[in-house]
Amino acid sequence: MTATSIPEGSGRSAEAAPWELGDALLELLNGFIIELRAAGLPVSLTENLDALEAVKHIPIGDRESFKYALGATLVKRHNHWKAFETVFEVYFSLRGREYAIGEDSERLDLEDGELDDARAGDQQGAGGAGENLSPEELAEMLFQSLMRGDSQMMKGVARQAVRRFAGMEPGRPVGGTYYLYRTLRNLDLDGVLERLLQQAQDTQGEASEMDQRLWRDEYQHRIGRLHKEIEAEIRRRLVADRGIEAMAKTLRRPLPEDVDFMHASREEMVNLRKAIYPLTRKLAARLQRKRRHGRRGPLDFRRTVRASLSYGGVPVEPKFRNPNPHKPEIFVIADISGSVAAFARFTLHLVYAISGQFSRVRSFVFIDGLDEVTPYFEGVEDINEAVHRVNTEADVVWVDGHSDYGHALGVFWQKYGPDIGPRTSVMILGDARNNYHAAESWIVKEMQDKARHVYWLNPEPRSYWDTGDSIVGEYARHCDGSFEVRNLRQLEAFVENLV
Amino acid sequence: MPFRFEDAASLRDGLRRVDYLSDEGIAGVVYLADRLQKPVLVEGPAGTGKTQLAKSVSEVLGTRLIRLQCYEGLDEAKALYEWNYKKQLLRIQSDRSDEHDWAGVSEDIFSEEFLLTRPLLEAISAPDPVVLLIDEVDRVEVETEALLLEILSDYQVSIPELGTIEAKQIPLVFLTSNNTRELSEALKRRCLYLHVDYPDLEREKEIVLTKVPGITENLADQVARVVRSIRQVELKKAPSVSETIDWAKTLVLLGVEKIEEQTASDTLNILLKYQSDIRKAAKELVTADGVSV
Ligand SMILES: Nc1ncnc2c1ncn2[C@@H]1O[C@H](COP(=O)(O)OP(=O)(O)OP(=O)(O)O)[C@@H](O)[C@H]1O
Ligand SMILES: [Mg+2]
Repeated sequence: MTATSIPEGSGRSAEAAPWELGDALLELLNGFIIELRAAGLPVSLTENLDALEAVKHIPIGDRESFKYALGATLVKRHNHWKAFETVFEVYFSLRGREYAIGEDSERLDLEDGELDDARAGDQQGAGGAGENLSPEELAEMLFQSLMRGDSQMMKGVARQAVRRFAGMEPGRPVGGTYYLYRTLRNLDLDGVLERLLQQAQDTQGEASEMDQRLWRDEYQHRIGRLHKEIEAEIRRRLVADRGIEAMAKTLRRPLPEDVDFMHASREEMVNLRKAIYPLTRKLAARLQRKRRHGRRGPLDFRRTVRASLSYGGVPVEPKFRNPNPHKPEIFVIADISGSVAAFARFTLHLVYAISGQFSRVRSFVFIDGLDEVTPYFEGVEDINEAVHRVNTEADVVWVDGHSDYGHALGVFWQKYGPDIGPRTSVMILGDARNNYHAAESWIVKEMQDKARHVYWLNPEPRSYWDTGDSIVGEYARHCDGSFEVRNLRQLEAFVENLV
Repeated sequence: MPFRFEDAASLRDGLRRVDYLSDEGIAGVVYLADRLQKPVLVEGPAGTGKTQLAKSVSEVLGTRLIRLQCYEGLDEAKALYEWNYKKQLLRIQSDRSDEHDWAGVSEDIFSEEFLLTRPLLEAISAPDPVVLLIDEVDRVEVETEALLLEILSDYQVSIPELGTIEAKQIPLVFLTSNNTRELSEALKRRCLYLHVDYPDLEREKEIVLTKVPGITENLADQVARVVRSIRQVELKKAPSVSETIDWAKTLVLLGVEKIEEQTASDTLNILLKYQSDIRKAAKELVTADGVSV
């Protein structure tokens, strides 16, 4: 560790020798903060200054401390941490002396053509030896590094693997994922995992299902670490090739709360599903609090006087009557066909998570046919299970399984229309892409006459509405409001206002 | 004022000595909080040692811990200070008899003698360098947060009738939150942010070894592994560190040396609170192929 510690006490008192941030580092930090803002993180001026102050108190060569110092001062929401980390890795992955940020003890030369495979052989790589490994030797090293869980070895393997398999060329305009894919394909990690498990079984003998499960989790965890090393190595090389700003830009990703339901990647979807539990808990707690505290009933005269007796007749503690707000009833009618299915899932989840706020929630799902799914949600502990059943068991196909809003609304109106009363709020969910079927929008109009409110929630950007076969405008005309709900942030806001 | 900690590493050692297992991030942020004289906002899942962190830090320092437990409806009178009405009323009544002038009485009854100090004011006026814990700050209403702002940025309290009371010593302040609501930007800006997550395998094992008397290293390792695997399952509520500890204690009491499937599923109810989670975890654990999330 080439760490230079800051002299004791220099941080605060003005008399001590002032410790200056090097110009290069200062510039880098400024760029870093600009990039954080570009990624959507709300960094205030105070926080910016705090960060500059904080890094003065950490040992200069210590990359981990440096990261925590910046994180603690600049990132105040946990779900922004990932975005922060990505930007951090890009900004500080070049470890030249000019930036005064070291990592480990080794120094890496990226200046002169490390990307050039032909010359790679005579350069000193991080794994120490290993430049002239045969493919078999590299595979063996990979296996060993995972079996031992040896970080240093993994780093070396990652470096070698990227150099050999990624096929990186200077100036080539492809993204890091392409290189990652090429590297991983050559490593055959699935095969390695099976070999590791086999080896474990051979050496440890008889193992229960649970033991096998635990081994698998352990090896998968290690493979995850290797994965990270490979990504880091690719990123480092890309930054060296293209420069920090360009790289940061290509890596920019929406924050979880801004991810589009309709275009979420698999990984984003997994993250969204993880985000929904804390979000609903938070929302429920907030609403409960609102209900209890937001509205205060009228002064309770008798109780106030009674309380005042203990203060010699002075009404020191005014007492209030409990408010008696009545709760609305909610009907959710959701299109669950392909592209909008995820949106329907999240909305149902959120509405049921706060169903205590309503006198009753009933839900109906449709594609071209329609089915009531309220019973799936009754008495279940895990809403996710119910939502899963909705997707697999509900009877929603009538003719061909392409959305037909007109027919679905017709079925609803005939079977359940009479249940709508003046306390019912109806939420209709979907993109209203009706495959050029009949709209039957009169149903929505009659619904609105009977119900307290009718709202339309559309997961498409507003600019797409009423283009192609979307007829949302025709329905929205009869609603009390139509809303663009593309992401969790918008969904949460809508549901909160609903209560 | 001298700094409390030499560096993050020595703080981490200190915490270990009082049986709190931190990591580089936790120790680093607390160290910075002292250097920058800023409060730390500690967020994270339930039972991951947020409250304990403040307690353990005060133990390391050998200083007093002043705790403000937040709850819905907490107000100025309970958090900061309150005028002692009853005493004031009594004084007014006793004064009535001898025709005192009102200005005199008012001056009199708004003096420190009639002031009831609550935790925040107590921390500010303490002569010693205390640790102040504002626990579960997300439970108070947003409007109540405003009460904290002056203290957290200027370490002072303004009392209209008395003037401004400034801190004699800057307390080391911890705020914890279970994240049931987003705290205000104003509050967050004043704080350093620390997210305390479930510990990694090694740290959890160490915690178990420290907190569970008589447990073998081998069993502690197994406990940490099973818990890690269970946390990967999509659950309503993942096991917390305190639940891990409880589970480990139970296993020791049962004389378990190696955790078999049967033992695990028989005792899962200590680790998990919801029936649906217990069912799900039991099913996952005995499926060697792993989860398809
Ligand atoms: N890092 C740790 N080292 C030692 N013990 C720990 C640690 N983390 C948690 N514990 C144990 O877990 C218990 C619960 O921790 P604590 O009450 O501080 O959790 P918390 O995060 O404040 O939870 P909550 O959000 O429910 O208030 C502690 O009493 C302690 O025994
Ligand atoms: Mg706590």
